[in-house]
Amino acid sequence: MINKKVNTVQEAFLGIEDGMTLMLGGFGLCGIPENSIAELVKKEIKNLTCISNNAGVDDFGLGLLLQKRQIRKMISSYVGENAEFERQMLTGELEVELIPQGTLAERCRAAQAGIPAFFTPAGFGTEVAIGKETREFNGKMYVMEQAFNADFAIVKAWKGDTAGNLIFKGTARNFNPVMAGAGKITIAEVEELVEAGTLDPNQIHIPGIFVQRIFQGEKYEKRIEKRTVRERK
Amino acid sequence: MPLTKEDIAKRIAQELQDGYFVNLGIGIPTLVANYIPEEINVEIQSENGVLGMGQFPFEGEEDADLINAGKQTITTLPGASFFDSAMSFGMIRGKHVDLTILGAMEVAENGDIANWKIPGKMVKGMGGAMDLVSSAENIIVAMMHVNKEGESKILKKCTLPLTGVACVKKIVTELAVMEITPKGIKLLERAPGITVEHIITSTEAELIIEGEIPEMTIN
Repeated sequence: MINKKVNTVQEAFLGIEDGMTLMLGGFGLCGIPENSIAELVKKEIKNLTCISNNAGVDDFGLGLLLQKRQIRKMISSYVGENAEFERQMLTGELEVELIPQGTLAERCRAAQAGIPAFFTPAGFGTEVAIGKETREFNGKMYVMEQAFNADFAIVKAWKGDTAGNLIFKGTARNFNPVMAGAGKITIAEVEELVEAGTLDPNQIHIPGIFVQRIFQGEKYEKRIEKRTVRERK
Repeated sequence: MPLTKEDIAKRIAQELQDGYFVNLGIGIPTLVANYIPEEINVEIQSENGVLGMGQFPFEGEEDADLINAGKQTITTLPGASFFDSAMSFGMIRGKHVDLTILGAMEVAENGDIANWKIPGKMVKGMGGAMDLVSSAENIIVAMMHVNKEGESKILKKCTLPLTGVACVKKIVTELAVMEITPKGIKLLERAPGITVEHIITSTEAELIIEGEIPEMTIN
């Protein structure tokens, strides 16, 4: 067994520097690497390019990095929940590349799987396709999209073992599995880290080969963005 | 009387068929889930990674790890499954999802749709909408017929940046049900008590009107 365990988030962050490109898992506030984001704030790492589906909310998730102006460029699909993001974008303080959600996921997966580019119908005929190669297959038009190139991928899982194997829970899975192994180095933070051999190999969602460093997060707030409930009858 | 948002959702629910996998966008489309006819089985896909979405949880049973694409807390139904974002959009682009219902800011008479950006004013992003509209065979738009300024949202040509090209099949508004045909937008039904003339004056695009236009039935 190749041991991927590191004891602290500080140890996991070795080599993360200003100006790097980071991929961060999560959809909205669901399944985000909370402890790693807190560490990025604490270490005041700046001038970052962040690839993440959303930009958090004003006071949680990647919104914390936006507040401190640590992000230079954001690559996302939907940013509607963050007023500070919208302000920085409309004033031009923040560079933003908005791309279709499926394309975002596939550009991660392509990087993970060693595929340099692929064709998707998403965005054909829109401003997303401007400057990109388009091609017809079986009578339909497609846009060529390229794999991402990130220095670090930072993902969050429910359970993990010292071999780096990961199991996700519910919809907190989202972008985390496709970002694992999509950066030069992948850091996984997990709610529960167990010894290799404890998890059933049949139940592993992401094999440890895609993860270089794994640590157990100190605490998880797991904030709910839109609490919707129904009445008991 | 123009339809309420709930009534628009009820009318769209009549388009659902047994065995459909359906993706619902944010806003009025989400309400459609409340009016699925009891006699049919429909599974709802939420693109953040769940098939078989159920109702909102009871108070106290919310799970931060279980949300829909609108970031609302949800539950799952028997037979549900979770998956990652690449697989989710594989389902969508691979045409495994039968019906997409989404909102729009503008729809053009050729089926173009705009719903993600107002240059210089509002940029929320396209989320999964571009993937959905570029792939789905059957796309229904649920929206209000006119905007807050009273201007038609159904146009000869969209003025806002497009989300997708020639893809919308049907539009349901508070005033009418319309179908996008190769010849243009055909008026199919009108809201109870709304005249054809009212619909024509509320619509910038040319409408194809053939014979008597029936009133919608909303239960």
